[in-house]
Amino acid sequence: MDLFLQQVFNGIMFGSTYAIVALGLTLVMGILNIPNFAHGHLYMLGGYLLFFFGSTIGLGYWFGLIVSVAAMGVVGVLMERIVYRPLNDQPHINAFIAAVGSLLFLESFALVVWGSQGLRIPNPYPQMIEIMGITTSIQRLLVIIGAVLLIAGLHLFMKKTILGATIEAVAQNREGAMLTGINVNRVSAMTFAISAGTAAVAASLLSPIFMLSPSMGAILGMKAFVIVILGGMGSIPGAIFGGYLLGLIEALGGGYLSAAYKDVFAFGALILILSIKPTGLFGQKEV
Amino acid sequence: MFTKPIHTKLLYLAILAAALLLPWYVPDAYIFQIVTMSILYAVAASGMNLILGFTGQVTLAHGAFFGMGAYGVAIMTKAGIIFWLALPVSALIAAFIGLLIGLPTLRTRGAYFAIVTLCFGVIVWIVSGNWVELTGGHNGIFGIPRPSPIPVPFFGQIEFFSQTSMYYLSLAVLLLVLFALYRLVYSVFGLTFMAVRNNEPLADSVGINTYATKLISFVAGNFIAGLAGGMYAAIMGAVSPSAAGYMLTFNFLIFVILGGMATLPGPVVGAFAIPVLMEFMQFLDDYRMLIFGALLIVVIIYFPMGLVGGLRRLNQKVAARRQQKVSESGHASR
Repeated sequence: MDLFLQQVFNGIMFGSTYAIVALGLTLVMGILNIPNFAHGHLYMLGGYLLFFFGSTIGLGYWFGLIVSVAAMGVVGVLMERIVYRPLNDQPHINAFIAAVGSLLFLESFALVVWGSQGLRIPNPYPQMIEIMGITTSIQRLLVIIGAVLLIAGLHLFMKKTILGATIEAVAQNREGAMLTGINVNRVSAMTFAISAGTAAVAASLLSPIFMLSPSMGAILGMKAFVIVILGGMGSIPGAIFGGYLLGLIEALGGGYLSAAYKDVFAFGALILILSIKPTGLFGQKEV
Repeated sequence: MFTKPIHTKLLYLAILAAALLLPWYVPDAYIFQIVTMSILYAVAASGMNLILGFTGQVTLAHGAFFGMGAYGVAIMTKAGIIFWLALPVSALIAAFIGLLIGLPTLRTRGAYFAIVTLCFGVIVWIVSGNWVELTGGHNGIFGIPRPSPIPVPFFGQIEFFSQTSMYYLSLAVLLLVLFALYRLVYSVFGLTFMAVRNNEPLADSVGINTYATKLISFVAGNFIAGLAGGMYAAIMGAVSPSAAGYMLTFNFLIFVILGGMATLPGPVVGAFAIPVLMEFMQFLDDYRMLIFGALLIVVIIYFPMGLVGGLRRLNQKVAARRQQKVSESGHASR
């Protein structure tokens, strides 16, 4: 029973990360209809920026986190402006390829600057605590709490502020939003900033527990796609629910079945679901 | 409609002659190896071009099908089956798995298809690294035998021990694949591929079975990938999971895009130009992929037709200008 609870706890922790990363991805996909294949790599870069600002420059964990999230927001804006905006009117296939280009760029950027060796961010809260028979470090608990706070904050932003409403308006009807005087380009840039920033938060919360490596974004990015497609493109509740579900499936599947093949389950489930329903579980019919 | 001007034909003939005579003027074994690998990559990239360029379906599992061909030949030849049987059977296995995967996934469109194929590619890569009994796990399979000699009447036999003979074998495969693709793409049936790419609902409404068209393109492209992979295993003598990895898919993608999507010479040019460029940029070390990532973005934004497409457009402009001049001078003399 203890082992089971421990696995569930780990699943919720990973699920928190997945939920945040998928949230950022679903925003971008809902708004621009562009699958940003490089989203996982934004997560990776966020982790490295925390290392850079927190450890190399010496701002410490919390200041480093704030600066790295802000810096990733700028990276997101640049990405939208340089890579995706020029491709707005071109066939979609070109945007996928540009996304693969940015993925290769970001991964080799991290490789060049920080090397292929795994890096460790000093864990600010390594103390262990025990709750209901589960032994865990405070940092792990922080991942879960941080995710809940971020999701709640983002929800309030989307529902209660004008800026959030403009994002939703563009997602629903691009032309209609333009007609009401919304600057679609600015909304796109802002969405990219939020998307990259949330990825940086996820990386900052999780990276004191695991090593940083340039390749860590690839698989995570793909999992975020799995979640977004299962939950429906552009659906925020779908991304959150899917994130926690995938975290639990992996923790239990990896713990009880086979650790080496745990990613195969997730990706296999995606292929199966898209085979049966080609537009995703909650996806609308395409035009 | 599809006839080429005479100087283009001469250019192709010159390239063919240069390729046939290559062993005489490239003595360096290392460069020779790179050229042979480029030929195989050109074969695989041409297969990807059929699906991606001509039919417009972004497949991101091409490395996986290349890997199936490679592992197929490796496992079968190690089990004692001769190469000449193992190669087509491996390519057929890749095509068959392509059919099984294509049947459900080709119902999806655009981004969904790209993601599904990417996920499938990653699954194949993970399985090839973990199914130790079949694939040898992360170490892969070593000591794959070279193809057995072919007896030729009145001549003795053709042996495949030297690098040169493997080079000619790869070249023959490339020419065969290019010829097959040429016949396929420029046939009436091949036009349906492009119709599906350009406007799927329209193609559907004029009576093209778009689903079957996409499926045929996908299966044929993966057959070619498997063929290239099988050759790779025999030439390298070893395969490891990186021969089935998704990074390989991205390499093929770079070859196709930078060389020129939806042109037959494009992927071949890409597969030769880029590894050569990489060799020249050896001193840049890890910076190379950084440059290629950025290059991919720049090319897709400003030159979506790639190198070959760009050259063709330039050629057309020059020809148009020349014609204009001729007609102008004609008017003046009259």
